[in-house]
Amino acid sequence: MRLWFARNNGALFALFLFIAMFSVYVGKNGVGLRVGLVTAVADKGVLLALVAMAQTLPILTSGLDLSVGMIFVLTNCIASAILSGPLWLVAAGIVAVLLSGVACGAINGALVVYGRLQPIIATLATGAVYHGLALIVRPIPGGSMEPTLAKALTNQTLGVIPTTLVILLAVVLVVWVPFQLTTTGRGCYAIGSSESAAYMTGIAVRRSRLAAYMLAGLLAAIGGLLLTAMTLSGDASATGGGIYTLSSIAAVVIGGTSLMGGVGGAIGSIFGAFVLRAVSDLLFVFDIEPLVQPFIQGLILLGAVSLGAIRVLRAPNRLEFLGVGR
Amino acid sequence: MTRVLRVVDRPVVIAFGFIVVLLILGGMYNRQFLSGFYLLQQLRVASFLGIIASGAMVVILLGHIDLSIPWVVTIGGITATAVAGWWGPSWTALGVPVALACGALVGLANGFGVAFLRIPSMVFTLGMNAVVQGMVVMYTGGNAPPDKATPILQWLAVRDTLYVPNAVIVWASVGVLVIVALNRTPLGRYVYAIGNSERVTYLSGISTRTILIIAFVTSGAFSAFAGAMLAGYAGKAYQAMGDPYLLPAIAAVVLGGTSILGGRGTYLGTVAGVILITVLESILSVMQISDSVRQIIYGAMIIVMMLVYGRDRRADG
Repeated sequence: MRLWFARNNGALFALFLFIAMFSVYVGKNGVGLRVGLVTAVADKGVLLALVAMAQTLPILTSGLDLSVGMIFVLTNCIASAILSGPLWLVAAGIVAVLLSGVACGAINGALVVYGRLQPIIATLATGAVYHGLALIVRPIPGGSMEPTLAKALTNQTLGVIPTTLVILLAVVLVVWVPFQLTTTGRGCYAIGSSESAAYMTGIAVRRSRLAAYMLAGLLAAIGGLLLTAMTLSGDASATGGGIYTLSSIAAVVIGGTSLMGGVGGAIGSIFGAFVLRAVSDLLFVFDIEPLVQPFIQGLILLGAVSLGAIRVLRAPNRLEFLGVGR
Repeated sequence: MTRVLRVVDRPVVIAFGFIVVLLILGGMYNRQFLSGFYLLQQLRVASFLGIIASGAMVVILLGHIDLSIPWVVTIGGITATAVAGWWGPSWTALGVPVALACGALVGLANGFGVAFLRIPSMVFTLGMNAVVQGMVVMYTGGNAPPDKATPILQWLAVRDTLYVPNAVIVWASVGVLVIVALNRTPLGRYVYAIGNSERVTYLSGISTRTILIIAFVTSGAFSAFAGAMLAGYAGKAYQAMGDPYLLPAIAAVVLGGTSILGGRGTYLGTVAGVILITVLESILSVMQISDSVRQIIYGAMIIVMMLVYGRDRRADG
């Protein structure tokens, strides 16, 4: 039990932070806990949560995926182009969108594993390529999506629970939880903790790492699909992709995953994403002058990622955080 | 001669080779690409990226990264032009020093977060970027400060001295400064040492915190300086003017053979990387290749170059 808390305190912290912020938000807002309000908050949070989950996997293997926001944008553009028409075509389209995400992830993974490139550089470059592809698919913002599908994805389930939240839960249960339990999934943690030890204990280092990037592509594609359902269009925006990439890293860190790898998990990143989104909502209800909002948002972001510094004050010896000699 | 060969390592040679190949290919498309005038113009455009990349390189040599570059560039451009509005037109000469000071302050904050709070540079500088962005919005949103480039900035960015663009001279001076600091001073040795192992450097009795802070201050000051010059080049300062410079700066440093893990790399390589990226973008835009294809070629180029010489030697066989 103590071990469980020790391993998950990052995620728990983010969860409590979100609950606190969300209660203040609901209390201050004045309209109470309405379905519409919850759906709006959920919709905004779920997109970032999916991209942050995607980012978590490469980070767990002590890598990084700077192209994750661009995969999100690319799949959004693809979805806006092919998801209309008869039912079977739409169904095939969804599969195609998700597969394109996996393919992007596989390219990243292959460059890192077989090309032996540093993840940060490889994904920086593939991010530019994916942006170019997104621009080819959708040179100007537009497109559409089958209205029934879009409605189904953005409505409420059973009248109260936002469907996007249900989808997020489904993704966690169907993708993340099983993955974490497989040898490949545990291999990702092992690589992050110590790659050479993982290799010597016979863990399939290459397969785990490749799987981490491919799964990241899949999760980003699910996000891209949902974004299309919400906006009913595709937009190959470089800034949009960049913001999602950077926010996803922040969300992962707030959610308690170490950038060194090996520690953390996708659940924490989800709460981290919701915390990030709640910040801007809070500033809105507190009537902070719009011009000052970005500044305070930045300060809160900086403060949230700096919370990890508490461990510096506890460390008995400075050597502990100077890193292992390479 | 042997000395020269020792300094010039393989990535640098390959990067310069790529530049020559690019120029020859460009020359086959249009003779203009080989004219002295065109090349000098390219160097002028490259100098802004070059100054930013100089700071980014010092931080990368430490094994860290500075993601606050975009808005430090912007705040540099905005303060350099806004000084006239604060204290009156007679103070315009202070534009560049004030911009440098602002950049150095942001760098100091970055250095503090990384060296003392021990927050990974990637997230701390990312947070600082958001904070600086907020400051710029807060300051420029309500009352629009003067954003027109002052004569000094224009002189720095678009005028020539004896046919050589002033911007190139500025970049060359920055370059000499960095080369001397990295190769001829203890500071430079310590930067490479920390990049290889901060732990060992610390145990050798070197104040690694000081070095980290100096590096981040350098990066901040250089970025803000480049922002001021960019304002001179574009004729005005504007929001988000630094956004297109972060990724090219990192790419330039890495294409020049500097290891993203720190500890290895030469300034000459960074120069090659900067020119390579500038020439590539210029040729692609002159050939009127659409933005989408340009992005793909740009990304593919980085991947190919890195596959040629940037592979790390990992143990996983």
